[in-house]
Amino acid sequence: MLLEAAGIKKVFGKLTALDGAALTVGENEFHGLIGPNGSGKSTLMKCIAGAEVPTQGKVSFINTDITAFTPTERARAGMSLKFQITSVLPTLTLYDNILLALQAQSSLLDLVLSRTRRLLHDQVMTMLTQFRLADRAFDAAAALSHGQQQWLEIAMALAGKPKLLLLDEPTGGMSLEERRVTGELLQPIKQHCSLVIVEHDLDFIRDICDRLTVLDQGKVLASGTVSEIQANKAVQEIYLRRA
Amino acid sequence: MPKSMSVVREAIAGDEADDAMAERAAAGQVAAGRKVLPIVEGVVLVAALLAPLVLQDYLTVFATRVIILALFALSFDLVWGYAGIMSFGQALFFGSAGYGVALLARDLDITNIFLVLPAGTLIGLTFALLLGGFLLLGRHPSSVIFVSLGTLTGSYAADRLARGWYYLGGQNGIPSIAPMTVGSYEFSEGPPFYYLVLGILVVVYLLCRFLVRSQFGLALAGLRENEQRIAFFGYKAQHLKAIIFAIGGAVAGLAGSLYAFHEGFVWPNMVGVVVSTQVVLYVLFGGSGTLIGAVIGAIIVEGVSFWLSDNYRDIWPIILGVLLLLVILFRPLGLISFVLGERERVGSFGAKPKEKRNAP
Repeated sequence: MLLEAAGIKKVFGKLTALDGAALTVGENEFHGLIGPNGSGKSTLMKCIAGAEVPTQGKVSFINTDITAFTPTERARAGMSLKFQITSVLPTLTLYDNILLALQAQSSLLDLVLSRTRRLLHDQVMTMLTQFRLADRAFDAAAALSHGQQQWLEIAMALAGKPKLLLLDEPTGGMSLEERRVTGELLQPIKQHCSLVIVEHDLDFIRDICDRLTVLDQGKVLASGTVSEIQANKAVQEIYLRRA
Repeated sequence: MPKSMSVVREAIAGDEADDAMAERAAAGQVAAGRKVLPIVEGVVLVAALLAPLVLQDYLTVFATRVIILALFALSFDLVWGYAGIMSFGQALFFGSAGYGVALLARDLDITNIFLVLPAGTLIGLTFALLLGGFLLLGRHPSSVIFVSLGTLTGSYAADRLARGWYYLGGQNGIPSIAPMTVGSYEFSEGPPFYYLVLGILVVVYLLCRFLVRSQFGLALAGLRENEQRIAFFGYKAQHLKAIIFAIGGAVAGLAGSLYAFHEGFVWPNMVGVVVSTQVVLYVLFGGSGTLIGAVIGAIIVEGVSFWLSDNYRDIWPIILGVLLLLVILFRPLGLISFVLGERERVGSFGAKPKEKRNAP
């Protein structure tokens, strides 16, 4: 397994956000994480990403216990994420946003002497082209539409060639057309990368994911293939109808 | 932490409408493919080169002091303007280097420029490494408030220490420092000292410019904008901060040792909060995040203070205070933003595009 999170408990003061949640993701698997509001999806993502430290439980990534790793260490191990709130660097050009992500693991000396600048140029342009942003390469990221900023951020998250990408609500605030394009943009990465997606748009999740995990009140309600989950009575009652 | 950082930045940066205005003003030049920054740099350099020819001797002495303070301003600009680290204790590195070289001259008779300037730089670097290591190198990113209070405390404590320590001259500091020497030549106040300091400023400026425009500069921009984000890319954000903080300390140390020899004495204020604040004002006034802004800020703040104190003997600090407030309120990006657009201020770091693109 690529990612194994087991027995994750996260307590904020008196609130138990996660109570023994688990998540298993295989290689080249697109895994949807769904559940009603407040079910702990985002908290579980943060525990996996390293933005929160779980109160209890263990996160393994490529057979390494990464529970106590910092975000930097996780990134270097091959994990990447896109935040729920878009956090591209607005004053930098699109080109520099991507370059910033690509050069993250260059040595200090290479950075000071700008030794990887030429080397990475083609990769930057390839990524921008892949995410349909090449014609805006030298505009400031702030000038992009919301949807385009999300794409830019996904591109940045993929720049380091991660083994696992965590996407927190990638289609939030997007138009239908933009959602469709997002799905198209994500498909090709399956060849080299797994995905965990938290998303409210169930159609989007159904179209793109191989497996789903349903959270409810900080616990796993069900986990399985998309059709298994769709047939699951408990899920239908607790989640799908309410939504 | 990035949040508190952005709060502080916004508090300082304030109105965005102003930025937009500046951007429109500068849009003309950008569209025409002209760069404003090199022109400003050139004008400042030419003015600085000609200054001793037109200034009276006592003004050349004053101008030398200003150039040294501009060098000091660069150190704060690197740390705050480029990396977003709010150092309210930059004088600690400036002053401790000043004291260090003063002791070298007093106790060991070492005044050779090739020994004292590297020694001062090293003192600044060492203190910045120690303080920066403590404040910035935790396992988790430290907040802006923690860093600004930590540096402020460091500077305040050094001031008190210097005042109380007999070996360092206590309240009076160390007077009558022997002049800096090369062989038998002594650098005393006047044009030679001025051109020496200007030469050093130009070299350091160019090194800083190289650094902030490199891929390392891009990493700094990421650090300044969103530290947490770049940590998730795999950057060792805290290391980057400690490195730039140490470089800033080294530059401040170099400036401090020049200052000690130029003034001929060092005193506790030089490590204290007042001088630490002064350098913050230079940079905010001129325009943080541009190297030339820091230099212009130091020149104008010092120049205006000098002129005001001559002409309005009693109320000049009030006038100066109001002026500073007005600039910080209405031109949060500093005086440089009158001529420099946002795009050129931030700059771009990638390999240059092959063909020139024209914005629609």
